[in-house]
Amino acid sequence: MNKFSDTSSSSSRRPLHRQMPDITQEKVCIQVQDFSLFYGKVPALQQVNLDIPCQRVTAFIGPSGCGKSSLIRTFNRMNDLVENASHQGRILIDGEDIHARGVDVPDLRRRVGMVFQKPNPFPKSIYENVAYGLRVQGINNKRLLDETIEWALRSAALWDETRDRLHESALELSGGQQQRLVIARTIAVKPEILLLDEPASSLDPISTLKIEELIHELKNRFTIVIVTHNMQQAARVSDYTAFMYMGEVVEFDNTERLFTNPAHKQTEDYITGRYG
Amino acid sequence: MYNSLQQWFRTGQPWIWLNAGAVTISLLLVIGLMGILLVRGLGHFWPAPLQLVTYTDPQGEELQLLGIRVERQQVTADQIRNAGLPVPPGVDLLQRQLIKVGNRDLYGLDFRWVLEYQLSNLHHPRHAVVIQRSEWGNFHGFIRGIQEGGLLIAEQQPDENRLWDEVQLRLQRVQLLQRKMRQLEQRDISAINHQLERLRLAERRMALRGQTDATRLAALQLERRNLQAEYQRLEQQLLAIHQPLARDSLLVQTADGQQLLLPFRNLVSIHQPNNLSLLQKIRLYLLNLWAFVSEGPREANTEGGIFPALFGTVMMVLIMSVMVAPMGVVAAIYLHEYARQNWLTRSIRIAVNNLAGVPSIVYGVFGLGFFVYFVGGGLDRIFFPEALPAPTFGTPGLLWASLTLALLTLPVVIVATEEGLSRIPRSVREGSLALGATQAETLWRVVLPMASPAMMTGVILAVARAAGEVAPLMLVGVVKLAPSLPVDLNAPYVHLERKFMHLGFHIYDVGFQSPNIEAARPLVYATALLLVLVILVLNLTAIALRNHLREKYRALDM
Repeated sequence: MNKFSDTSSSSSRRPLHRQMPDITQEKVCIQVQDFSLFYGKVPALQQVNLDIPCQRVTAFIGPSGCGKSSLIRTFNRMNDLVENASHQGRILIDGEDIHARGVDVPDLRRRVGMVFQKPNPFPKSIYENVAYGLRVQGINNKRLLDETIEWALRSAALWDETRDRLHESALELSGGQQQRLVIARTIAVKPEILLLDEPASSLDPISTLKIEELIHELKNRFTIVIVTHNMQQAARVSDYTAFMYMGEVVEFDNTERLFTNPAHKQTEDYITGRYG
Repeated sequence: MYNSLQQWFRTGQPWIWLNAGAVTISLLLVIGLMGILLVRGLGHFWPAPLQLVTYTDPQGEELQLLGIRVERQQVTADQIRNAGLPVPPGVDLLQRQLIKVGNRDLYGLDFRWVLEYQLSNLHHPRHAVVIQRSEWGNFHGFIRGIQEGGLLIAEQQPDENRLWDEVQLRLQRVQLLQRKMRQLEQRDISAINHQLERLRLAERRMALRGQTDATRLAALQLERRNLQAEYQRLEQQLLAIHQPLARDSLLVQTADGQQLLLPFRNLVSIHQPNNLSLLQKIRLYLLNLWAFVSEGPREANTEGGIFPALFGTVMMVLIMSVMVAPMGVVAAIYLHEYARQNWLTRSIRIAVNNLAGVPSIVYGVFGLGFFVYFVGGGLDRIFFPEALPAPTFGTPGLLWASLTLALLTLPVVIVATEEGLSRIPRSVREGSLALGATQAETLWRVVLPMASPAMMTGVILAVARAAGEVAPLMLVGVVKLAPSLPVDLNAPYVHLERKFMHLGFHIYDVGFQSPNIEAARPLVYATALLLVLVILVLNLTAIALRNHLREKYRALDM
């Protein structure tokens, strides 16, 4: 318990939380402004400020329960599903407040795609899984579907493995393949932002490697935000990294700088494995 | 000892034995029940041999009995003595037999208990016949001759068989005529009656609305005249059949020498059970079984088949399923997916569960009061005022019976569907929402297909409960003998307002309301067997469907 004690006590360090990496030359995609999130009365995020750049991979790291999943789930308003969740502050995507009135939430979720911790394919065929988001949008043109599905599966590096069995059940795929299928399904609707919530945490090392390679491939086309509790992974795949602790962003910087020269002792303790 | 007993308990062995015992008892009960139904129900249709015995009654008079041994029992001599019958001295136990002697028109009763020591000279005459008649039950005896138009044209002795083929031919001829007649009556004339009734109602409707459109009235009357002419024509045809139908009669003789003239038109079938090979017997057995399943009842339900009851049961269960499944599923979806979870939804859930425990007769009373009198009466006033005071929907019928049972089984479907909905992993719903689907789209495209096996489970339970239910049906539509099936060739082909027959009620009626209990008993077993089979088939169909769905939407192993 005592190793956490220094965090909550000092209010003097608070300005430091706002320290931003040098992203002035980057285009900002998601702006988080003084954002706090509560489950009932329990705060999950406190006064978070972040600018997430476009077409880059941004990783959130931190110990369990630090709020990194909560934060990523607000970007596509998945937290709306949690009863008695409430928030303060603003989140802007492309300059628009996503919590503003009249925001089309399904459309927001289409633009901000999300991949979850455990692979969650639908009990349908591989083809229908990837087609799902398109069909929801009312696209039923066979040729268009075929093209998009091939593109999505190729982008998710799954085409070669599944091209001959598109109409078999998605549940017959292995865990790693399922997760890549979920990624394909997500990018099939051509989102701008891809949220990955610990996408490799339930996979074996080889599948994890494939997912990481995939993230590399995809970052030219999408803004990627990834939550991970695996620091090596964050170091390998991301351009920027935010270290979160107890619902606050402690440090946000270039990944290289954050891992080699952290500005905060807490960050250093965490990345050197002293806790978390 | 105590120590070892305690140890024995600690191994868990006694509990395994207890469980195994419970399972064994359940299995034995099921097997025993099915066994009794199978043996008693199916045995009835086997062509049993006809035995001819000489019976010496207590007064010393001899009597020839020609019949089928139905049962054999051991009774104590005291019992017989108390009944006022003589018992030979020195005997403690006696055998007695129940013999079906038929010929109810001559003897008054077609079953007879006799003591075996009073019987002598048992043999099986080869050419004895069993004749199924449309009146007075079976006839047992011998063929003596054939009468045509009142004249005896052929004759034979009881031990001869010369006329057998001729009798078969003439029976076939009569049956052909009868089929033609039935067609005329049930198809053509019934259709005309239906049309005439329609015209009458149309006229009455015009009168009620105060319409005096002369041309239309004239058109109606012209149509009626045409129909009546057609009716006359058909009636002539019918009358023309009557005479050739009544032409032939069969001269028969009972075992004790009484002669009797049976018109061929009253004969249903004629057999010589002692003159059949095994193969012929098997063929006859199957024909009997088929007749039981496919024909209508005769003689106050104690003879003939049960087709209308079978049809009514299946029809009612299907209509019930079609109504209860959407109602229950929609209710469950609202309760589970949309309604805010608070004390109100909790109390609704408790109320639904309690509905499942309400005695079924209460549903019957409710169905009669609400559906039949209130809803049905209202429909009659609005849509069928011209038929009043004769009710159309304001009387018990198939629709109301199905609705009542749908209400009765609604809780089962709701509970099962809710259970299914709550088992769908949250991650799959989130996956769908994250792709930009709305809640309704998620429900429709992912959640409902995945919950469909659970819905089927609900329907299976509902079918199992509804098919076996009798009490409420007696109030809302089941009758002892329905004049016509709820489906026929007259528009609109399906008549949901009609009363219908039901296997469960048929069992009760045949078993407990029948004047001829000995004749009815095997039919009770056979009908019960059929009811169990119907429920089994309906259930297996639903289970097969569910397993198919389960395979298709196999949930993730999470």
